Amino acid sequence: MSKKRIATVWLGGCSGCHMSLLDIDERILEVAKLADIVKSPVVDVKECPEVDICLVEGAVYAREHLEELEHLRKSSRVLVALGDCAVNGNVPAMRNRVGLQAALERAYRAFETGDGAGPVPSVGVTALLERVTPLHAHVKVDYFLPGCPPSADLIHFVLVELLHDRVPDLASGAKLKYG
Amino acid sequence: MAALEIFVNDRKVACESGATVLQACRAAGVNLPTLCHFKGLSEVGACRLCLVELEGSPRLAAACTLHVAPNQRIRTDTERLRRYRRMTVELLFSERNHVCSVCSANGDCELQELGYAVGMDHVRFPFLNPICNLDASKSEFAIDHNRCVLCTRCVRVCAEVEGAHNWDVQGRGFLSRIVSDLNQPWAESTTCTTCGKCIDVCPVGALWPKHKAQGQFEKRPEFVSELIAKRGRGRP
Ligand code: SF4
Ligand code: SF4
Ligand code: FES
Repeated sequence: MSKKRIATVWLGGCSGCHMSLLDIDERILEVAKLADIVKSPVVDVKECPEVDICLVEGAVYAREHLEELEHLRKSSRVLVALGDCAVNGNVPAMRNRVGLQAALERAYRAFETGDGAGPVPSVGVTALLERVTPLHAHVKVDYFLPGCPPSADLIHFVLVELLHDRVPDLASGAKLKYG
Repeated sequence: MAALEIFVNDRKVACESGATVLQACRAAGVNLPTLCHFKGLSEVGACRLCLVELEGSPRLAAACTLHVAPNQRIRTDTERLRRYRRMTVELLFSERNHVCSVCSANGDCELQELGYAVGMDHVRFPFLNPICNLDASKSEFAIDHNRCVLCTRCVRVCAEVEGAHNWDVQGRGFLSRIVSDLNQPWAESTTCTTCGKCIDVCPVGALWPKHKAQGQFEKRPEFVSELIAKRGRGRP
């Protein structure tokens, strides 16, 4: 069996899902026997190459997330939404109910200890989208791993199943966890 | 009460006339998902999770409000019911703002359990993200409408068990909200006795004691059920 290629990508999340991925500990060696991790926050590659499996953490809240996600979909055979932000928007999506401008005002001007004059950063920072959305609002997602974060055991289970070309059974009760 | 027989998934089940189909199913060990039902309180048939197929009827019926009838034939686990149940749970998640990771009920929430039971790995409907308020005016408890599923358990336990009737429902459909007294801040209620029963029966993280943070709160719904049974007033 030829080695598979894995990418793990961090969009609008807190990196907690990647921490959980690292928590598979020594089992990473087993994964490394079956696959090469060709893109991840610790592999310095800008553009994602063609991969078999792509784990995507985080919601889509900036234009660059959207562009990257569309590219990831094209370059991945199997795309996995990793964690609550990718699956349902989670904490980043809490700003949806007030709108982008109100959220920025609250964060940079109208907070209790502020003087109300602070500028809202607009130069050299990523352009935010009006609404924060889960991955499947934009592209086809093959597997959903909810959890904030999903447990290391669950991530390991899914990786091993996919690396052996099996379909991971996620929907069955004991595997699911939200929050 | 007279005994009669119904058929649940082709199995003969003995029950008492006057019982609901839900009671008959549960007594026979057939599990049905429920959310608005709470043992001992009146039934309202609000959540539609306990839907069953009733032979001879084109419509689905809520088992919690449907009464047994001789030789009734019920199905509880068809492909159609499973599809609708999952849709219903997804719609509940999409209608308000459920952020489990920062919710007081995380890990002890009936809506989460329902999601797991129906195999919900994601929500296919767009999230509506309505503007909902949080009333933390009262010193002991808070109500967060972002999490409320409008089961009206709080309304019923307050009116039927505590006898205070602080809670009620205002508005219709998507705009419905649980209100304290005549939509006043909870702290200003002249009816609330601060008994805490609504906190214990709320199936989700909408009502909670303020000194509990994310995931710390353990509900005690069985305490309210026991109370109802001891008073002998509630329904069996
Ligand atoms: S009420 Fe339940 S489902 Fe909703 S956010 Fe809280 S834990 Fe999650
Ligand atoms: S506050 Fe809780 S108990 Fe009351 S209607 Fe909402 S979800 Fe039900
Ligand atoms: S439990 Fe029957 S409709 Fe809610």
